Amino acid sequence: MIHVEELAKNFTLHNQGGAVIPVIAGAGFSVAPGECVALTGESGAGKSTVMRILYGNYLAQGGSVRIGGLDITRAEPREILALRRETLGYVSQFLRVVPRVPTLEVVAEPLLSLGRPEAEALARARDLLTRLRIPETLWGLSPTTFSGGEQQRVNIARGFAHAYPALLLDEPTASLDATNRETVLTLIEEAKAGGAAIVGIFHDLEARARVADREIDVSGFTPGRAA
Amino acid sequence: MTPLLDVQSLTKSYGGRIGCSDVSFRLYPGEVLGIVGESGSGKSTLLNCLAGHLPPDAGRVIFDTRAEGPRDVLQMSEPERRMLGRTDWAFVHQNPRDGLRMRISAGGNVGERLMAVGARHYGEIREAATDWLGRVEISETRIDDRPSAFSGGMQQRLQIARNLVTGPRLVFMDEPTGGLDVSVQARLLDLIRGLVRRMGLSAIVVTHDLAVVRLLADRLMVMKDGHVIETGLTDQVLDDPQAPYTQLLVSSVLQV
Repeated sequence: MIHVEELAKNFTLHNQGGAVIPVIAGAGFSVAPGECVALTGESGAGKSTVMRILYGNYLAQGGSVRIGGLDITRAEPREILALRRETLGYVSQFLRVVPRVPTLEVVAEPLLSLGRPEAEALARARDLLTRLRIPETLWGLSPTTFSGGEQQRVNIARGFAHAYPALLLDEPTASLDATNRETVLTLIEEAKAGGAAIVGIFHDLEARARVADREIDVSGFTPGRAA
Repeated sequence: MTPLLDVQSLTKSYGGRIGCSDVSFRLYPGEVLGIVGESGSGKSTLLNCLAGHLPPDAGRVIFDTRAEGPRDVLQMSEPERRMLGRTDWAFVHQNPRDGLRMRISAGGNVGERLMAVGARHYGEIREAATDWLGRVEISETRIDDRPSAFSGGMQQRLQIARNLVTGPRLVFMDEPTGGLDVSVQARLLDLIRGLVRRMGLSAIVVTHDLAVVRLLADRLMVMKDGHVIETGLTDQVLDDPQAPYTQLLVSSVLQV
């Protein structure tokens, strides 16, 4: 489902003397449907960078990333938009939404933008918010005013609303209490059982051990520090 | 898929000064394109050339018309273009006073557009006007008030209702949230987003506010000195800018 080959990424800082910082070179791995792969490596090794390239959020300087048959390093913006709508989900650590939109709609939005009936989308959103223990009294409010943990759970609910065939998870269990953490791990297991190919970053070692089938040490993709 | 709008090498200069130079892009149905750049970068010139308010010096603006498929707007006759402006296109000005008629009622502002495309039944026009005021969250009780009695945010919402009532397929917006309070901006953004999704609109939004494009635009075009410097997915351009100028623009934004 996800195939990465010979991936390379540099950052060129034009306004800081044109410094070129190579961050990834020669990265390659594949993720099959129903499989969860954890990216590991110390802080700064490039885990988040790899995730962002997979999502089309960062541009790659070389190599290819094929997700569901589309090479996102060469795809048109509208092809990536369609991929994100239908195939590729991303649960980031931060919730970014238009202020004032009620939580229930924020969670239902991925389904609504796929053209699913409103009743179905809202039912799924209610189900997820209930499972993630967001009190019903908050559903009509914008999540921008919520606590960090609540925002993260809203973000997770949104990320799991549609059954994406490929899913990227950036620390999905960080800052969650034991009960909610358990719910999120169950959601991940359900997505795997449903055939999703998952790439995740988990600093929570127990969580990683439970859901990840394999680990990939991103340090192996770090170019020589001498550069 | 046929692009809704296919812009090819559009160029406009004012005497020896470049307005916009060699701009090309395609906009597909349902897409929102953001154009950012500082004042004087040519973004408003470009928008005005696209919308037919300014004659460009060179280039083509091909619009996928309902009746005849793709046609070069710049080659159309003036009446044809004006009809397109009333039926398929809408233009939301930064200053609502430029897009509203200040001396007629709010309901009249919305109804006038319907009459321009042939609506004649008073009851139906008033019903549509009431419906649209509701959608932009203006109370029905204000339908007979003039826009001059409205706040800036309300005027801007009224301008949007006036523009969208005829069911256009392409909306041009010039700094739609400029000059509004932050809370009012958020409300307007939410409104525009909802309308775009529900009506399947395409939109071109010119702004200097990067937070606005992040929330509103699918794709981004960065302009400087009349040239397009960088294009791409909105989040990609903002999070991993490639051109020196874009890097400067993004890093200059104050974090909140």
